Amino acid sequence: MRDQLHEIVEEFADAPRDLRLPLLLDYSKRVPPLPAALAGRRDLMDQVVECQTPFFVAVETDAEGRVHLHFDAPPEAPTTRGYAGVIYEGLEGATPDEVLSTPNDFYVAMGLDELITPLRLRGMGAILARVKRLVAAGAQGA
Amino acid sequence: MPLELDPDPKLAAYAHPERLVTTAWLAEHLGEPGLVVAESDEDVLLYDTGHIPGAVKIDWHADLNDPVARDYVDPEGFARLMAAKGVTRDTTLVFYGDNFNWWAAYALWVCSLFGHPDVRLLDGGRRKWIDEGREITTDVPAPAPTDYPVVPRDDTAIRAFRDQVLAHIGTGRLVDVRSPQEYSGELLHMPDYPQEGSLRGGHIPTAGNVPWKRAANDDGTFKTAEELVAIYEREQGLSPQDDVVAYCRIGERSSHTWFVLTHLLGFERVRNYDGSWVEWGNSVRVPIERPGHPIRP
Repeated sequence: MRDQLHEIVEEFADAPRDLRLPLLLDYSKRVPPLPAALAGRRDLMDQVVECQTPFFVAVETDAEGRVHLHFDAPPEAPTTRGYAGVIYEGLEGATPDEVLSTPNDFYVAMGLDELITPLRLRGMGAILARVKRLVAAGAQGA
Repeated sequence: MPLELDPDPKLAAYAHPERLVTTAWLAEHLGEPGLVVAESDEDVLLYDTGHIPGAVKIDWHADLNDPVARDYVDPEGFARLMAAKGVTRDTTLVFYGDNFNWWAAYALWVCSLFGHPDVRLLDGGRRKWIDEGREITTDVPAPAPTDYPVVPRDDTAIRAFRDQVLAHIGTGRLVDVRSPQEYSGELLHMPDYPQEGSLRGGHIPTAGNVPWKRAANDDGTFKTAEELVAIYEREQGLSPQDDVVAYCRIGERSSHTWFVLTHLLGFERVRNYDGSWVEWGNSVRVPIERPGHPIRP
């Protein structure tokens, strides 16, 4: 697992139970706004239907081969935004190999299962799965 | 001592107007002694982004469910929760939440299992409060702990279990409050939600399909008493004396309908089957009705 993501997982795992949700709320605020080219253009993004609220993702790879992530989630869905914030902070600027080698169940070790039901927690895995699929498709097309 | 009732004329037409308050009533009574406002949401972080001033958070998963068994907290656990939220047995407890008050109705229903006397819902829930531009805050109150009594949980009056539902087929009325696609078995969860949780699709034989949303207006408030009578009594042929069991997927949407039938229409015997489709659709050899297929066994 990429170091940045691993550190976030440990940060949650080490936090007392009562502080894990505030921490997730903090991550929900770290999703940057969409770049101008994607703002209002959900048709250019992929919807993650496994999330319980409208959630869209796009990935780009720059000239150095680094992956850039773009997420669009409504403000009234802070939990889903929190998932996006974790993945953004953990994988933004990663190489395609780093993204693709991220374990699908990386979030299990975060200790959120006592606070969030499994069905809802799986939204985090669904976002990663979609990011991986888009990165894999991009690598194939390159 | 319970707070005065909301005299709003829309509420007065319901069978039990004492179970609802309007946003205007709540705004006027915030901070009064004897009142505790509790937010219960689908999104576990929503309360933390801003809530009604003074409101406490009660989470259906972390607070009301047993952490291990698929059941609710026991009487000691419930007393601890209420004590921590500053609730006494005499408190007027007003619930509100996101998603048309699903989880607020669910929390109110769980409190009713423990017979908390004065429980009320905020008509229109979180959305209406915010849409009206009323005050919200991120300040989390720290209520002084109370001495809430340990009271037994009564699972007989308003809760139904699988075997009771099995015996109910053909003898009582069943209301499936899920979407038409879940009812027909085409989907195992609401449209656009993750498709998982049940191995079989369809509905419990003899159940009628009245999606929960039919009881609500788009602003999250309940429809008027007259509109509700038209749907549940005239169209569905239910009557207030019927023995009714409502279910959905895990029991939250059916809490909404349980509230409508029990408190707004005054039905005397309505039970929420909280096991709902996640239990039924995974149970071995229970009958399932699905269009185009014979019921077996």
